[in-house]
Amino acid sequence: MADATDLERLPIGSIGHRASGWWGMLAVIMTEGALFSYLLFSYYYFAVQYGRAFLPPDLPKLHLSVPNTALLLLSSVAVWWAEQGAKLGDRRRLALGLAAALIMGVGFVAVQALEWSEQSFTIASSSYGSLFFTITGFHMAHVIAGDIVLAVLLLWTLLGYFDARRNAAVSIGAIYWHFVDAVWLTLFFTFYVTPRLS
Amino acid sequence: MAVIDYDRAPEFATAGYDSPAASRLHALWETKPGLIGWLSTVDHKELGVRYLVTAFAFLLLGGLEALIMRLQLAQPNEHLLSPEQYNQIFSMHGITMIFLYAQPILSGFSIYLFPLILGTRDMAFPRLNAFSYWAYLAAGLFMYASFLIGAAPNDGWFNYAPYALKQFNPNPNMDFYALGMILLGVSTTAGAVNFLVTFLRLRAPGMSINRVPILAWGTTTTSVGILLSVPAVSLAFFLLWLDRQFGTHFYNPDGQGQPLLWQHLFWMFAHPWVYIIVLPAMGIVSDALPIFCRRPLVGYTVVVLATITTMVLGFGVWLHHMFATGLPFLALSFFSGASFIITVPSAVAVFAWIATIWAGRPVFTTAFLYFAGFVSMFVIGGVSGVMTAAVPADRQLTDTYFVVAHIHYVLIGINLFPVLGGLHVWFPKMTGRMLSERLGRWSFWTVFIGFNMAFLPMHWTGLAGMPRRIYTYPEGMGWDTVNLITTIGAFVLAAGILIFLANIALSRRNGRVAGPNPWDGPTLEWSTPSPPPPYNFPVIPAVASRHPLWEDRLDEGLGRSSIRRGVVLDHGKEALATSTLDGEPDAILKMPEDSLSPLVATIVMTAAFAGLLLHWWMFAGVCAALLLAATIIWLWPERELGQRAEASHG
Amino acid sequence: MTRPHPVSNPRRRRSRWPAAWTAAVTADALCSVAASAETPLGYLEGFGVKTREIAHLTWALLILSIVVVVITSALVVVGALLRRSRAPVGNIEQEPVSRSGRGVAWITIGVSVSTVALIGSMAWTAYTMAAIRAPSQNPAVTIEVTGRQWWWQVRYQSDDPSRVFDTANEIHVPVGKPVRVRVKTADVIHSFWIPAVSDKIDLIPNQTNETWFQADKAGIYRGQCSEYCGKQHAHMGLVLVAEDEASFKAWWDGQLTPAAEPEKSELVRAEGVFLQRCGACHGVRGTSAGGRFGPDLSHLMSRRTIAAATLPNDTGHLSGWVADPQHVKPGNLMPNLGISGPELASVQTYLATLN
Ligand code: HEA
Ligand code: HEA
Ligand code: HEC
Ligand code: CUA
Ligand SMILES: [Cu+2]
Repeated sequence: MADATDLERLPIGSIGHRASGWWGMLAVIMTEGALFSYLLFSYYYFAVQYGRAFLPPDLPKLHLSVPNTALLLLSSVAVWWAEQGAKLGDRRRLALGLAAALIMGVGFVAVQALEWSEQSFTIASSSYGSLFFTITGFHMAHVIAGDIVLAVLLLWTLLGYFDARRNAAVSIGAIYWHFVDAVWLTLFFTFYVTPRLS
Repeated sequence: MAVIDYDRAPEFATAGYDSPAASRLHALWETKPGLIGWLSTVDHKELGVRYLVTAFAFLLLGGLEALIMRLQLAQPNEHLLSPEQYNQIFSMHGITMIFLYAQPILSGFSIYLFPLILGTRDMAFPRLNAFSYWAYLAAGLFMYASFLIGAAPNDGWFNYAPYALKQFNPNPNMDFYALGMILLGVSTTAGAVNFLVTFLRLRAPGMSINRVPILAWGTTTTSVGILLSVPAVSLAFFLLWLDRQFGTHFYNPDGQGQPLLWQHLFWMFAHPWVYIIVLPAMGIVSDALPIFCRRPLVGYTVVVLATITTMVLGFGVWLHHMFATGLPFLALSFFSGASFIITVPSAVAVFAWIATIWAGRPVFTTAFLYFAGFVSMFVIGGVSGVMTAAVPADRQLTDTYFVVAHIHYVLIGINLFPVLGGLHVWFPKMTGRMLSERLGRWSFWTVFIGFNMAFLPMHWTGLAGMPRRIYTYPEGMGWDTVNLITTIGAFVLAAGILIFLANIALSRRNGRVAGPNPWDGPTLEWSTPSPPPPYNFPVIPAVASRHPLWEDRLDEGLGRSSIRRGVVLDHGKEALATSTLDGEPDAILKMPEDSLSPLVATIVMTAAFAGLLLHWWMFAGVCAALLLAATIIWLWPERELGQRAEASHG
Repeated sequence: MTRPHPVSNPRRRRSRWPAAWTAAVTADALCSVAASAETPLGYLEGFGVKTREIAHLTWALLILSIVVVVITSALVVVGALLRRSRAPVGNIEQEPVSRSGRGVAWITIGVSVSTVALIGSMAWTAYTMAAIRAPSQNPAVTIEVTGRQWWWQVRYQSDDPSRVFDTANEIHVPVGKPVRVRVKTADVIHSFWIPAVSDKIDLIPNQTNETWFQADKAGIYRGQCSEYCGKQHAHMGLVLVAEDEASFKAWWDGQLTPAAEPEKSELVRAEGVFLQRCGACHGVRGTSAGGRFGPDLSHLMSRRTIAAATLPNDTGHLSGWVADPQHVKPGNLMPNLGISGPELASVQTYLATLN
């Protein structure tokens, strides 16, 4: 029944950026990006209404947040390194990279929890406190989700689900992780840098 | 287990709906009979119809609420409802209509039609599609559950703080609304992702971006709108819930809270939303009106551009709902100007439709009547919007029945009319039987007269100063007669809806058999049998123009579309991915089987929300963990979906 | 449309009122406190500089709108009828498909004409905004209005603290003079609106908004809360009395006087009952009643209505209100006090002295 074809060979199933999941993740990132924009809008809305009076007497400190930021950025590098490994079919490198990123991601959450416990304000004590904890909390939830993604990817790697061509899930997880990191930079800038600029 | 190849050259074949390939495909794509089959199906046609039926049921509920309100308002000083009952009913009326009817009904059309008009076999994410439906149903039931304990939302659909906060609203009314909206947001977002990816990736080969039906453009544009706007409302409601439950200070004026932040977040969402609930409906008209005018739409390209422009500008006008909040005139004038300018793309569409009527030879089917009626109703609703766009005028008009008249002209005119017309057009496709034209004309005229009788005089009610959201009014304000007329009109309109329902009920069994293309339509869905088989197309059609079924007669384009000859894709459930702009074949996608995961995920997710509502924190936590587990299982790489490495290729 | 006419003699009204208050508000009650007999809350005719400008703009847009609707609807109907195909609805393929006619010109012409109309509307809007932005002269009076569920607390400001006073639900202004209004809220969002003379301004927590208006014609106008604020949003009305300068001054002076010392023993007892039952929520100048939760009652009898323009202020309605406020405004914040007949009579006697 099937006759000669003049079509080229086409990849089948989930392959790299041709996987529907990849496109789906881009759409998710778009909507998540919007979510964080609205969160930051809320923060700046208050900041514009009240000016300095809105900030707490002692601002969130830098001694933990700066290293933590570095840690998160480094984890992105690890994920990138792992993803390149996946494309080369290097499962060991993939597993190592994911594991390293996962450890750093969990570390970020732990430091962030420490950072939270240091604050002089609470979520219910002032509008600033509500915003600080809600916005960093949203981000934290995303990091935790990212950690779970990394852990599951690591598991799948160890189960041998990925090779040089079948690794779309890794790319999808990686782009999500990079996004979460990029969001952190905007939050860091908002909570730790801008108040010190004025 | 069979090894899944990493690539292959797809087989070309000529195959009709009675070919052996077709029966193989049928076996592959069919949903199993029985309850489990019903609960686990991922067939977009089944889900689309479910969306339509559910949304229509919500229309009836919202309509019933409206009729009760109209009884209360028929005369001055009525005592049918207590103030609190009235407040809950008008709030749920707005919520139901805007969130549970107007957008989901359009999703229903698009879910049903997307794969058919784009020439593919299902949506990009069939299980996610089922999940959107279940989550939508769950969110609707969640919000309606509030009536059971007499605590339905009572602060209107836009729910301003601080009235929505605990100190003024101690009962769980607002918690139902807040959590229900977040739940609904999940469903809407999932749907939008699905439409967007389907549009970008699953169009038939050859269907380049300038050959896509306008409905698909409308739905895709609004999907992007949804992805960018829904987070605002989910966030707004989440912060509201935090304020209510955990004493935060986002909106709470005790402390530094800013009640206006609610208004900004809400309208940054809600203005785009009002276009989200009409652009696909306009798409229905842009695609279907030409069928009955017997010619292609005039100005396809500008209409597509107008659709996109409207959505983009729609993000820049939200302040026109806040003209009386005391913001500086400079800001107001900017948003006022933007609101005037947003009229231009609407004008483009209106004149494109009018031109299509004039340049065509309209056949007066019921659907045509609805679409033609829609054009005038749209203009009436549009110009009243333009009046409120003028800041000084709005400071008189706002919060009067003039605005209520505006929203009903736009919502009923641009949403309900195309929906009813669209149902007349595609009912034969969905069921295989035609709706009765005679009953159809009766229903159209009853709906048309009732609607205008109810809402045209309402402009006057507003100009005579009647405020919105009042449960009763005194005599002697000049509102008595108009209100009575409106009430009568509302009942006439309801009668028209009943005739429509009767038509559906009768024609489903006894209607004339439709055949594949009863209206002689131009697009791909009309090349399939009515109703279409589970796999839609025996071969993936190749498209060479905007009107594959008309191209012989219109003689447009160079080549000819090929509908019965194309790639077969029958190594399991498969679909063709194509490139975004040109529609060149790009990959063979493996489509998932029916699955219970979407339903299970919805159930645990809804249970988690119920836990939050009831403050059963542990229970909510357990459900959230189950949801996580369900999600991981759902996404677990499957060999049949081409997601796992094959040892043989290693 | 019939021409509205300001009612300038409010006093006549009293005698027309039947004692039975259960009929709630009836037609004349509200007409008598309105600028326009037919539509007391209408705004298509302005009675102040500001609303007049707005009314012009509204009319212009309304006429433009009607013209647009008539033209486009005619195009749809005429086009459909003229071009109607003869093919039966059941067999529409009998009408051949063709790319007949051109059509794009419709869009070009339609959009161009619309754009011109829109630019005109925008210009008129901008002009009106400039015109209503600020009064031409400094406001003569500053009134601070605080919205409360579901009534209006009013304070007249003055540089001289002894001339500041509180009242509720009824404001007086001199005719032909701009008035500044500062609005605040004690609870949820409300909106201050007197359609005949003043467009809307919202009352928002943690924010003081300012607006101004000017009544150019003496008369009694009706205002209404126009932002949804809960159960009795429907019954949150307001009365505006615009009167000549002299009457206005006299009124202000009158409001400053404290309540008269009761002389007769009966009155002393009546005051006692009032202070005990009502004083916690209501204030009366010159007595120990200093409640701020409900409207100031110092000069209750000088007001035309009670319960935020819901009932006319006469003996019958007043005692009906005090006996059973929840019947008239279900859910309002003055509870049924379970007041006995004799107590009611005493309170009534006392209230009658508050003029
Ligand atoms: C269904 C969706 C829908 C649509 C499409 C629109 C369309 C428009 N709306 Fe509407 N609007 C709502 C739904 C919608 N609206 C709802 C639900 C509310 C109330 C929310 C609430 O408070 O509960 C609201 C409220 C609302 C307000 C706030 C009113 C107030 O509360 O005070 C304003 C103010 O600017 C406004 C403006 C407009 C404008 C300028 C358009 C324009 O897009 C209209 C453009 C179209 C035309 C004008 C017709 C076609 C054009 C021509 C034929 C050209 C010739 C025309 C001219 C020269 C004028 N709308
Ligand atoms: C798509 C949107 C939509 C639709 C279709 C409608 C339809 C109707 N609406 Fe609605 N309306 C809104 C959206 C909509 N409305 C919104 C957003 C608001 C603002 C809410 C707010 O302020 O927060 C509003 C507010 C609103 C008000 C103002 C309330 C107030 O401010 O106090 C009124 C008053 O008349 C009203 C009336 C009606 C009527 C008579 C209909 C009629 O069209 C209804 C006709 C009836 C039917 C379509 C159903 C027929 C039903 C039967 C025949 C019974 C059978 C039933 C069963 C078997 C269950 N609406
Ligand atoms: C618990 C507080 C409370 C008590 C006690 C109370 N009131 Fe009130 N009163 C109110 C409130 C609140 C309003 C405003 C109601 C409204 O219009 O929504 C009001 C309104 C009124 C009004 C209408 C005022 C106006 O200008 O509109 C009168 C008159 C009045 N009360 C008289 C009395 C009398 C007499 C008593 C005692 C017998 C009394 N009240 C006891 C709270 C109280
Ligand atoms: Cu106060 Cu509405
Ligand atoms: Cu809007």
